[in-house]
Amino acid sequence: MTEFLRTPPRQSWTFSNDSNAEIRRAAATGIYDIRGGGSKRKLPHFDDLLFLGASISRYPLEGYREKCSTDVWLGTRHAKTPIHLDIPVTIAGMSFGALSGPAKEALGRGATEAGTSTTTGDGGMTEEERGHSRTLVYQYLPSRYGMNPDDLRRADAIEIVVGQGAKPGGGGMLLGQKISDRVAEMRNLPKGIDQRSACRHPDWTGPDDLEIKILELREITDWEKPIYVKVGGARPYYDTALAVKAGADVVVVDGMQGGTAATQDVFIENVGMPTLACIPQAVKALQDLGMHREVQLIVSGGIRSGADVAKAMALGADAVAIGSAALVALGDNDPALEEDYRKLGTTAGAYDDWHEGRDPAGITTQDPELYGRFDPVLGGRRLKNYLKVMTLEAQTIARACGKSHLHNLEPEDLCALTIEAAAMAGVPLAGTSWVPGRPGGPF
Amino acid sequence: MLHTAELTARAPATEGGVRVIDLSAQGLRALNQALHDFKARPSNETLWEVVNTKGAHAIAVGVDAPLDITVRGTTGYYCAGMNKQATIRIDGSAGPGVAENMMSGTVIVEGDASQYAGATGRGGLLVIKGNASSRCGISMKGIDIVVHGSIGHMSAFMAQSGNLVVLGDAGDALGDSLYEARLFVRGSVKSLGADCIEKEMRPEHFEALEDLLRRGLAEGKADPSQFRRYGSARRLYTFHVDNASSY
Repeated sequence: MTEFLRTPPRQSWTFSNDSNAEIRRAAATGIYDIRGGGSKRKLPHFDDLLFLGASISRYPLEGYREKCSTDVWLGTRHAKTPIHLDIPVTIAGMSFGALSGPAKEALGRGATEAGTSTTTGDGGMTEEERGHSRTLVYQYLPSRYGMNPDDLRRADAIEIVVGQGAKPGGGGMLLGQKISDRVAEMRNLPKGIDQRSACRHPDWTGPDDLEIKILELREITDWEKPIYVKVGGARPYYDTALAVKAGADVVVVDGMQGGTAATQDVFIENVGMPTLACIPQAVKALQDLGMHREVQLIVSGGIRSGADVAKAMALGADAVAIGSAALVALGDNDPALEEDYRKLGTTAGAYDDWHEGRDPAGITTQDPELYGRFDPVLGGRRLKNYLKVMTLEAQTIARACGKSHLHNLEPEDLCALTIEAAAMAGVPLAGTSWVPGRPGGPF
Repeated sequence: MLHTAELTARAPATEGGVRVIDLSAQGLRALNQALHDFKARPSNETLWEVVNTKGAHAIAVGVDAPLDITVRGTTGYYCAGMNKQATIRIDGSAGPGVAENMMSGTVIVEGDASQYAGATGRGGLLVIKGNASSRCGISMKGIDIVVHGSIGHMSAFMAQSGNLVVLGDAGDALGDSLYEARLFVRGSVKSLGADCIEKEMRPEHFEALEDLLRRGLAEGKADPSQFRRYGSARRLYTFHVDNASSY
């Protein structure tokens, strides 16, 4: 009977094994945890939304027979040469430095074959990337590593990066293991240092300055290039409105599931908002200004499937961008490499120490032996396949909702599985007409 | 907005061999387009003058030709931004971000310069004959900057490479978190930023400084022996918990 006299061992919810492990790690090392990727929390997400599909009041389109278009124009507001993409799934900015040269090449190959764009990152434009990308967006970042007018002119669009979803308010980070000779030269930095990028632009602050900065970039490029403004999911209503006011052609809103090459875990998990919460606010800002579809909205952060694409677009996005998912398509975190991941003290699916440059998949590394394992042609083909599948999936859903273009998807096509998702997305809780925060109660 | 052909038709061809652009009358777009077009269709018309600037932004940005451009009057933001090859002289004071991200060539400001002068510049020479405000040479990446007067706070923040020469004084937090840029200051430095220290002036530095003063039109105004050199202590190049308070 003695076993009934003792309280069974009970773990604390607050001081969980994970929390305690982090306390011990901090105590042992004296440095915060740095990692790659986006938030790993269970956040309200696209999974919490469902499409309603066609019914008596709405009729579907015939799969395979009736057309469901997927193309998108970006930069129609001011640019002389807007971008026209076959599919609304773009590749988000990821730097050469964070990624290997062959990985950047594969992104360019896959995106081009699928009819979409890819994007540079915090390390300047590489030849393998420009050469293999039909449509390349050139990021204009606070660090300005490698920035030059020639690359501005040979880009197809310019993306002014104000922030990113993984770390709104934070600058880039690239640790010494990845500052190879080539990366150091491109960034004009000493080899092997732990590089900290600035979090603010060096020559402008605030929306009025941004307007002048956009004017300068347009003048340098003779008003040809679409100019995007990318913000992290912090205050999407105001950031979108201010970007529009400053003259942006395209606004990119990146939620907290969006990845990064490296930053503090505490930053990734505790700053910013989920993608789902960002979209309706950004769309409302555009609608309030009469600029929805006039200034295009690209949404990123946790997009994995054609369903996610369709949901983002139904909420009002013109296109989406993928980063982490594209890396997975290339081979990141593949269980086939489990033995290698074990040697690094991790497991396939959980590997996020991209900053250490020891990626067995050869993607997030500058080690020639490791990136030599990665085949950019095969990687490009895998990415193309994945992009095509996402597009087909989104079309499948759109047809089921009776839409002849992905852009015709609308919030009325959606319902939410949770009250949180209903409130964030501004769509009714499934089986009710209740949108939390709006007049009218549940029935 | 005028197209280049219209500009060419309307612009006074030359005045004493100088092509004069009236910015108020002809507009910014026409000016910059004409300057950019020179690269594709070069001529012997290399002397340009821009008048009636009225503080306009983005004057003569993205030039990529060996032109000699004089801007008469005060300019707004980013005059001579991303300049390549050209010599651009501002006969007045310059607004924020003059010669930002300059690649090559020379920019001379006869008056004072506002914030972020020469920000992220990768090459060429920026001469400011008056004073420069805060964040002069911020994130500079190879540019040489010579300021005849004084500079404001946070100058050369995260400066990566190149030279900043100041004949006057420097404000607070000079060279905070800088990398390999070299800073030469003749006057007082109110305070040094994180990881910025005074360094020994060795013969090669006197030699370099002499050349910078000459090219910076300050020869005779100051002697290299009057300067102190500042640079990175390189303590923040790698993360270490004992430096946490400096990050």
